[in-house]
Amino acid sequence: MTSTTQSQPSRRERGKFSLPSMPWRVTILYLSVMLLLPIVALFAKASTLSPAKIWQIATDPVALSAYDVTFTTSLAASLVNGVAGVIIAWVIVRYEFPGKKILDAAIDLPFALPTAVAGLTLATVYSDNGWIGALLAPFGIKVAFTRLGVFVAMLFISLPFVVRTVQPVLQETEIDVEEAAWSLGASSSQTFWRVVLPPLLPAILTGIALGFARAVGEYGSIVIISSNIPFKDLIAPVLIFQRLEQYDYTGATVIGLVMLLVSLVMLLGINLLQAWGRRYDA
Amino acid sequence: MTLNTGTTIDRSNPNLKNATQSGENSRLKWVLIGFVVFYMSLIIFIPALNVFYQAFQGGIAGFLHTLTEREFLNAVRLTIVIAAIVVPVNTIFGLCAAWVIARNQFPGRALLLSIIDLPFSISPVVAGLMIVLLYGRQGWFGPLLQSLDMKIIFALPGMVLATAFVSLPFVAREVIPVLEEVGPEQEEAAKTLGAKDWQVFWRVTLPNVRWGLVYGIILTNARAMGEFGAVAVVSGNIVGKTQTLPLFVEEAYKQYQTQAAYTAATLLACLAIVTLIVKEVVERRSGLKRGTH
Repeated sequence: MTSTTQSQPSRRERGKFSLPSMPWRVTILYLSVMLLLPIVALFAKASTLSPAKIWQIATDPVALSAYDVTFTTSLAASLVNGVAGVIIAWVIVRYEFPGKKILDAAIDLPFALPTAVAGLTLATVYSDNGWIGALLAPFGIKVAFTRLGVFVAMLFISLPFVVRTVQPVLQETEIDVEEAAWSLGASSSQTFWRVVLPPLLPAILTGIALGFARAVGEYGSIVIISSNIPFKDLIAPVLIFQRLEQYDYTGATVIGLVMLLVSLVMLLGINLLQAWGRRYDA
Repeated sequence: MTLNTGTTIDRSNPNLKNATQSGENSRLKWVLIGFVVFYMSLIIFIPALNVFYQAFQGGIAGFLHTLTEREFLNAVRLTIVIAAIVVPVNTIFGLCAAWVIARNQFPGRALLLSIIDLPFSISPVVAGLMIVLLYGRQGWFGPLLQSLDMKIIFALPGMVLATAFVSLPFVAREVIPVLEEVGPEQEEAAKTLGAKDWQVFWRVTLPNVRWGLVYGIILTNARAMGEFGAVAVVSGNIVGKTQTLPLFVEEAYKQYQTQAAYTAATLLACLAIVTLIVKEVVERRSGLKRGTH
């Protein structure tokens, strides 16, 4: 099988494709069993229901309000992080100051910290007698166990995305171009809006989309900081969980299907954004 | 060339404008740094500090007491067992997938890459749901598994499957860019010199991608030990049997055993800090600053 002589590497290469080599077999088999089979199972389970039934469950008032809490709050959190993320990336790339290394490393904490821990500590810090919650309570602002708490958890979970997509692009842009713009008489704000921002735009949008996708699917931190009450702060993933706990597999499947379809659309959108971003690389 | 001219123009500009600009810039710099520190304190630093503060608030004795509780020890053991299965399996898959994508051009390559990324965009709860629909009592394999007297849901195998699902992309994601950067030349040279496939892999490919691989493995491990949503769906959260550390944290919190919850949380937070330190080391060694997935 591998009896090719040293002088014929090309034939050996071709041999690899006629019979898929080990890495190919492992990749295809593993993805099929671990990833595609479960997805097919969800679609198959949904296909046993009539479209009218699916529509009825998917547009149930509790489900509609859960989508509203999930998607609106995720969008708000990822947009806020879109602005904050650009500022954070800017500060890290352009400025020198003590503690910068720690700041840079801490941005990845939401990737590394288990979500249950994040939910636990956010729920404590933002509760009425917590470190930050106690400062807000006199103003009548309640964070933990409200929709605002869901928002804070989503801010935490989606923080790193915009920073990490914008940072490398910002590192590559030449300060010279900005200096040229200034020297040609542009004001600071003109320089920012006309020179600095446009090349960053694909990276910013990609980061916002990634953060949004992450926030939409988040369960661990939110189930702890939210009171999980329908029409108030119940998110769609928690609703799926509750349906499963009640052995309502049909209900769980339909809402799961809605969430899966949204994920697939998001993935497509992110791919398109990244393709757009790559055009700037050349 | 044109940029040089730009600088010359800059020098010949009235100094006044430059002076006000640099003053403005220095003020802007500290305003922006202040904002970043404030924002990150609210969302990251204060909550992170709070984990350690709460764990030791009831004194070191309470902290140590939790560490010796049987439920806690069971949760630690189960968390380690799951990671010990998932991390090697996902590492082998990740290396294979990275090689397939980085070393081959074929139609559907971009699609394959997107498929590998799927677990990042699918909600962990939906991932758990899909595994229940597949292996649960009412699922596709339900009758078969029942006749074989095998239990997957509410047992270790289901938790391993759910954890493997959510942590599947990390190794491939980290190794692919490194493999692409290194290029196939060294591997081809080794093959030409008569090295067998596995020799090329161990002596050439693996050393070349080692830092990306280390980072991929450490991320897989962090996610495997910290996963909550997907595992919660398939585990049934049976105390002492199918309770991992993150599930222990939530359960203890719900039972108002705050210190027990924070003791377990401290352990997981230390895991996160180790992960961040390894990331820093890897970036310094490899001289790369990589973006996110």
